[in-house]
Amino acid sequence: MCGIVGLFLKTERYRPDLGRLTAAMLHEMRSRGPDSAGFAVYDEGTPGETRLTLLSEGAEHDWAATAAALESVLDAEVAVRRTLDHAVFSTAGDGRRARQWIIDNVPDLDVLSHGRQIELYKAVGDPDLVAERYDLASRTGTHAIGHTRMATESAITTNGSHPFATGADTCLVHNGSFSNHNQLRRQLRRAGESFQTENDTEVAAGYLSWRLREGDTIDEALMAALEDLDGFYTLAIGIESGFAILRDPIACKPALVAETDDWVAMSSEYRSLAGLPGIEDAELFEPEPGRIYSWSLAA
Amino acid sequence: MTATTLDLSTSTLREVNGTLHAATDGSFTITHPRGAHALAAGIDAPIDVEIDGPVGYYCAGMHKTGTVLVKGNASTGLAENIMSGTVRITGNAMMSAGATGCGGLLVIEGNAGARCGISMKGVDIVVGGNVGHMSAFMGQAGNLVVLGDAAEDLGDSLYEVDIFVRGSVASLGSDCVEKEMRPEHVDTLTRLLAAAEMDADPADFTRYGSARELYNFHVDDIDAELAAGGAS
Repeated sequence: MCGIVGLFLKTERYRPDLGRLTAAMLHEMRSRGPDSAGFAVYDEGTPGETRLTLLSEGAEHDWAATAAALESVLDAEVAVRRTLDHAVFSTAGDGRRARQWIIDNVPDLDVLSHGRQIELYKAVGDPDLVAERYDLASRTGTHAIGHTRMATESAITTNGSHPFATGADTCLVHNGSFSNHNQLRRQLRRAGESFQTENDTEVAAGYLSWRLREGDTIDEALMAALEDLDGFYTLAIGIESGFAILRDPIACKPALVAETDDWVAMSSEYRSLAGLPGIEDAELFEPEPGRIYSWSLAA
Repeated sequence: MTATTLDLSTSTLREVNGTLHAATDGSFTITHPRGAHALAAGIDAPIDVEIDGPVGYYCAGMHKTGTVLVKGNASTGLAENIMSGTVRITGNAMMSAGATGCGGLLVIEGNAGARCGISMKGVDIVVGGNVGHMSAFMGQAGNLVVLGDAAEDLGDSLYEVDIFVRGSVASLGSDCVEKEMRPEHVDTLTRLLAAAEMDADPADFTRYGSARELYNFHVDDIDAELAAGGAS
């Protein structure tokens, strides 16, 4: 089943409330995904600074030692901000290089995200507890996507939880399953993508990251995804300063969008949208199958 | 008689549905639905129910004899398996509205999503706006009236549903064909538009139905079977 939510704030009006609104949306999706939850929050970032969100599941990690080692690799300072088993590294160094170095050299860490705007948190357990533990409600920013998971394709683990991010500021949440992810993973590895799990959704994230890195716009990348991703899916996608939705051409997995002058929100069910400010006057629609919907702050 | 108000901000869904199931007559207004699922499902009495706001999945499912009016939008499976009576919605319905409906009337004033009337078995569905792809898929009996446009694969694998569309049809599904509008079809359409309180001229509609080539063996097929060693 799984529940997915996304909230994209077009104006500054509700940006101080981004986390609180997203947490309330996620709360309503608990019944669709009680196994685990995760969320990505985007803010405007600091010019010249890349952030990596890292996870050390189950074991104590010497964050300072890893940051020091990374500093010498990047030849740039790395600041550490820790939240329980997650830590955010901030650096002026190359984020993609930092991600790859950690994957190759620090096997007990997962790199959940990297980019100028994104931070990403995920954990096993009740979505409300996950949101509370990583203080989703107090976060501010421009957009967020979240997921409550009912595991079908892989085990109930933190690194099988959504969202998945492999490229800079690009992440997605998924309701459904992909049937050609093993083949696609092999092809993407040859094209230079690196993966940290056996999960099907991570492959879709890698696919979009690869297309965007090759110069596609998000609409072009999603048009190609309609051809290359085989399976059933509703996707909510976060990118730098943007947000997108895609459903497969059969569209068995639910999605509902509400839009006002201030925001766009999507969810698996209306219940998540019911509490949003101004929902009474929002334009409400079911995204059409195989059609690309995207919004951007840059435009 | 005044309507009894059932407030979902102070009552549970189970209490509200329980009240509707216990009633034998009367009018009820449900407030603050906020997308609740299975609201007013399983009604089996000549009661009138009005829901003020958007509903979740399977609203008015298995509906029998009474009327349900939704003032708002509905999610997946509105009036699925409706048996008789009337369900009406002022807004849009998401996918699978009226799925497997056996009788009664479903009126959607706005648009219906994908697979509207999938496997319908006798329900009449009137949609003021557009219907999504694969509407009336495997429909067996009843009528689907669309005042707007129909998306791809309309009436795929159809049995005996009559489909009337005023606007455009993106594509017809397998074994669905355009058909002649005979006087009895104009009568049916006139009656359904009146019942749905929709203002439209039956002359503006095109009828679609089953070519009846999928659910019987062709003589050609039987010959082929016999040549291959007999039909099994």
